[in-house]
Amino acid sequence: MKTGAHRNHPHYWAFLLHRGSGILLTLFLPAHFYVLGLAIEKTATMDGFLSWSATPLAKIAETALVILLAAHLTGGLRLMALEFFGTRESSKIAVCVGAGIALVTGLIFLLNGT
Amino acid sequence: MSNARLETRIWALQRATAAVLAFCVFVHLGMIIYAVQDGLSAAEIISRISGNLAWLAFYAVFIVAVALHAPIGIRVILNEMTNLSRKQTHLIMAALCLIILVMGFRAIIGLYTAGAGA
Amino acid sequence: MTNTIKVSVWRGAEEGEFAQYEVPRQPSQTVLDVITYIQRHIDPTLSYRFACRVGVCGSCAMTVNGKPRWTCRTHVDKVALDGTLQVAPLRNLEVVKDLACDMTTFFDKMNRAEGKFHPTKSRDDDFDFVLPDDAKRKQASAGIECIGCGVCYAACDIVEWNKDYLGPAALNRAWTLVNDVRDGGNDERLAAVSGDAGCHACHSQQGCVEHCPKHISPTRAIAGLKRATVKAAIKGMLGGDD
Repeated sequence: MKTGAHRNHPHYWAFLLHRGSGILLTLFLPAHFYVLGLAIEKTATMDGFLSWSATPLAKIAETALVILLAAHLTGGLRLMALEFFGTRESSKIAVCVGAGIALVTGLIFLLNGT
Repeated sequence: MSNARLETRIWALQRATAAVLAFCVFVHLGMIIYAVQDGLSAAEIISRISGNLAWLAFYAVFIVAVALHAPIGIRVILNEMTNLSRKQTHLIMAALCLIILVMGFRAIIGLYTAGAGA
Repeated sequence: MTNTIKVSVWRGAEEGEFAQYEVPRQPSQTVLDVITYIQRHIDPTLSYRFACRVGVCGSCAMTVNGKPRWTCRTHVDKVALDGTLQVAPLRNLEVVKDLACDMTTFFDKMNRAEGKFHPTKSRDDDFDFVLPDDAKRKQASAGIECIGCGVCYAACDIVEWNKDYLGPAALNRAWTLVNDVRDGGNDERLAAVSGDAGCHACHSQQGCVEHCPKHISPTRAIAGLKRATVKAAIKGMLGGDD
């Protein structure tokens, strides 16, 4: 059975990215707060953690998180533009622009930190 | 009988917190990109935030907004993609809200007061 | 280009399987022509719906290669790119037999969304004058060409994931009536289209817009409903117990 063919268009991908990034960011948040909380009592542990976070693997993970955050933001802006300003077919271009901005943000982060 | 008014207000709250978060994320991302320039350390984060009322206020708003925004988003996903009952969904939402508030404020207050006795 | 097409057609109801047929190719052939050929020349037990066969009534809507479309307006040349076709009944609706679905739920939801006109005047009152360039009239005009074919309903993911969701067609219809200045039922209507089963469940994926054969945008109508219902909720309307 051919399934999913009706989902093969930009606004569906935008929705998927928005939902996926939302879930991943929600899962990431407690970990993020925990690491920051280390600053209070365990500064040495935090610095140890932060120097680990300078490794390439961690850099890639952080870049991915920045992209997820930017992607979720641009996806949310797409939604709010549709709901409050009623955009049209041209909003497909807006979807691509939004995705592009998210990727560029991640790249800037990556380049700045290395 | 569905509770139309309450559900509509929850939806509206989602959009309102989204608008607040859009601003917060711009500031936060901008600050991150600026901050990682020369590497990151606990001392650097503390020096930026410790004693700084503006950052405290900013992050307080950020944390409250996320604590409302994320659970409402998760609620929709749970309702659409799982068979959990309303009650179970509400419990998960409340738990998530609490976790974000507690851990978030612990982190920001900790950073704000850190280095105060040093 | 071969001179036959291999067609896979759903046979059965909710349970069933795809049966394979081979149909001779004709110039300007539509998928409805193909289904008709099968029923007339190969297997008379095949059940399907059609009426006008010229793209005005919406009765022939089916799932063609995974997408909901009007089969009378789908040219085989455009979809059977490798000489094969897969035809199934519309998604999200209960299958009666083979390619025919039960549209009852679809129309029930139109009712539940208060997609019916509530008159405010009697025969003794004067006519209502609604100018064609009136802002609300334009909003209504954008959605009134809907013929209730069910394609948007079949394309909608939220309909698939949320059994109670009213769906794009019902909400689009409600929006045309919200903008009808002669209608007096907006309090009940806004309450009817709010909440988890109403307009707020839409995530603007726009599967409906992608597939509507009349190029209506239910998403735009639903966005309008979102704005209208939020205003009503803030004012304390919409009913429900807090």
